[in-house]
Amino acid sequence: MTTDTLAPTALNPRSWLYPTPRGLYCEPGDFYVDPAFAVARAVITHGHGDHARPGHRAALATPETLAIMRARFQDMPDTVQQPLKYGESVRMGEVEVGFAPAGHILGSAQAVLAYRGQRIVVSGDFKRRPDPTCPPFEPVPCDVFITEATFALPVFHHPSDAGEIGKLLRSVATFPERTHLVGVYALGKCQRVIRLLRQAGYDKRIWLHGSLLSLCKLYQDHGIDLGDVAPVSEAILETFKGAIVLCPPSALADRWTRRFADPIAAVCSGWMGVRARARQRGAELPLIISDHADWAELTQTLKDVGAPKVWVTHGREEALVHYARSIGIDAEALHLAGREEEES
Amino acid sequence: MQAFARLLDALSFQPARNAKLRLIETYLGETPDPDRGWALAALTGGLDFPAAKPALLRGFGQEKISEELFVMSYDYVGDLAETLALIWETDPAAGPPPTLGEVVETLQRASRSETPAILKRWLDSLDATGRWALLKLLTGALRVGVSARLAKQAAANIGHQPVDAVEEIWHGLSAPYRPLFDWLLHGAPRPSSNAGGAFLPPMLANPIDRAELDTLDPAHFRAEWKWDGIRVQIASSGGVKRLYSRAGEDVSGAFPDIVDAIDFEGVFDGELLVRRETAVAPFNDLQQRLNRKTVTPKMLKEHPAHVRLYDVLWLEGQDLRGLSFDQRRARLEAWIAVKERPRFDLSPLVSFRDWTHLAEQREAMRTDGIEGLMLKRADSAYLAGRPKGPWFKWKRDPMLADCVLMYAQRGHGKRSSFYSDFTFGCWRDGAEGKRELAPVGKAYFGFTDEELRWLDKWVRDHTTNRFGPVREVSHGLVLEIAFDGIARSTRHKSGVSMRFPRINRIRTDKPAEEADTVDSLLRLVP
Repeated sequence: MTTDTLAPTALNPRSWLYPTPRGLYCEPGDFYVDPAFAVARAVITHGHGDHARPGHRAALATPETLAIMRARFQDMPDTVQQPLKYGESVRMGEVEVGFAPAGHILGSAQAVLAYRGQRIVVSGDFKRRPDPTCPPFEPVPCDVFITEATFALPVFHHPSDAGEIGKLLRSVATFPERTHLVGVYALGKCQRVIRLLRQAGYDKRIWLHGSLLSLCKLYQDHGIDLGDVAPVSEAILETFKGAIVLCPPSALADRWTRRFADPIAAVCSGWMGVRARARQRGAELPLIISDHADWAELTQTLKDVGAPKVWVTHGREEALVHYARSIGIDAEALHLAGREEEES
Repeated sequence: MQAFARLLDALSFQPARNAKLRLIETYLGETPDPDRGWALAALTGGLDFPAAKPALLRGFGQEKISEELFVMSYDYVGDLAETLALIWETDPAAGPPPTLGEVVETLQRASRSETPAILKRWLDSLDATGRWALLKLLTGALRVGVSARLAKQAAANIGHQPVDAVEEIWHGLSAPYRPLFDWLLHGAPRPSSNAGGAFLPPMLANPIDRAELDTLDPAHFRAEWKWDGIRVQIASSGGVKRLYSRAGEDVSGAFPDIVDAIDFEGVFDGELLVRRETAVAPFNDLQQRLNRKTVTPKMLKEHPAHVRLYDVLWLEGQDLRGLSFDQRRARLEAWIAVKERPRFDLSPLVSFRDWTHLAEQREAMRTDGIEGLMLKRADSAYLAGRPKGPWFKWKRDPMLADCVLMYAQRGHGKRSSFYSDFTFGCWRDGAEGKRELAPVGKAYFGFTDEELRWLDKWVRDHTTNRFGPVREVSHGLVLEIAFDGIARSTRHKSGVSMRFPRINRIRTDKPAEEADTVDSLLRLVP
């Protein structure tokens, strides 16, 4: 580990925040950030399954993230829940913990950790483009920035959301007698795609697979207007001709699809930008809509936060580390337990 | 260019034929001339840019990002043109993207030294899909699963014309096909088909069986052997000599031995075969000659091509298609008698008294080069397409084998939720004298929708192993497989390969142990 960007007497950030088999551990605060297993005290950046796990004794998160966790983990009666809003902070042991918006999904936050005059930002998952379901990412100046690297290759330049939604609507217009099945991740992507469709002027009923219902309800309860949505199971005399039906990606090749009129399988994911990946997923209509930063956003963010040190985690660390070093940032990969490639 | 790029992108992910047609029709209908014409040329393989080759793109990537990042990107994507399209960022200052017409017309004129700068300017102004499509155009092979025939079908559909009406004039047209679209969409007269070497859409036959034959009068029909080769058309006029496949694809390049031997004018219908001395070689031999850009002298010598003629459409400047079969046949026989041509001969008529007599001859003929019989009404004019009634094909009964289902794979498109591609095997003696199954073929049709649902459920209920989209199943289901031929093969583990295998029947009544052996299949090899 190199420390030459800090004065010799300066605090080594790795001495107070470091990876362990249970996850990223903050020693002077005695808590984990997004731990992979149940722990005594956890700080949770957002509600996706590889960041928010059940069974912690205490969890600090935004109120929205806690609501998502309650919805997913049977109300979490055994977890002491500590809500903390964006912009506020709280002391945990010797560490000041605050949240800044990450722009990833509803409630998603960057954890801002301050200890003895040093500031580390654990950004969790983030993106920079506008998302109608959550406030935008706020760059926080810091000494160490921990960045995700899901799409950290120069081949990933996500096109505009409006253009991709236009692709879907054009296909619906071209094949008015067929059902468009759109594979979306249940938390975040689903609700964002619905909002994007509404923004594009699509005001017809959008049908939902049963597994998407509870989180859509939660978003609606948080004031996000999804318009006319209804579960497929409640359809009466509905042929689904010309309809848009949202479902988890795993349902696209499932027997469940046989009820629809000659369906077209659309998949919404950042991976759809690479043709071989889109084919592997069996997508007939790949839509490049991602909740993760693309290459341009990742590299721009490194410049915006201005951190002399960057730790790169989950994804293609190698390419981003290479790039960061080329612009004079002291970058290294940070290997965290429990992070797989997720639906993005 | 962006609209054409969106079309190619959509086509590349859409497996279903009808959906591909709809996409092309929509594009051709919405896009003005000349872009739609250039697009049709690109889809039918009619564009070539001698000065713009993929090799020019070498080094483009490293101008944009460091070599390390480029290597990592290429490793991940696995395709050079796609990698380049993805890493290149659109430059808002580059101005509007080019139209397809601009791209084609510029590339056709540009020299090798000017081309790189032009390409870079376009790459700056296009989006990632546009860049990908542009680079595909340069490589010449679009690979979006659209045949020339399908593209012509789409063009015909927008003008509510049969595809054969387009085929017939196609070879007299050139990109960007303005007269074609004027006719299809704006009521202009149909362009003429008198051009040299034009393809005339062939007449096709319907299948028939013995029971249906008995309703027909044998005296009205002529019979010929149905040769197991490839249906071709020889079209020679105005000094242009061409050999076409049944679908109108120009295959002259692969058969220079035939084209060089055309010392006459006219349009003929016949069967392309590989012939040694007087014997017709198996279909496998002909396959060696297909889909080749260049043919080696060795190939020409060892697999000599031959055309067996059975009809004449034009002769001595006259269109004979309105004449009856008997009249055309008389003209053909008289013409062939004038001069000996070693590359061409006449397909003989098979004489018969009645259907029983013909059936006996069909049964007795067990050579490899014959698939069955063709029956043509003596009074039939030569009609494009597949008219019901005048021509029939009476194929030899397929061979049958009882095989055991081994693996099943999910289908595509409509069938993506079904296990619809079936690999089956036959028994043989394995190591230590233990009986084992060896895969002998794969079939994905022959069953009804109801049978497919049944098979899909059987596969799900009997899965023993999964490999991605493939499931291995317990060896408990016997499928009766029908196939049109069988040959020894070194490429298949079992040593045999079947021609057109399909599922004939599901034999739930038969225990798997009683299915056929690889040895019994080998005995069927002629």
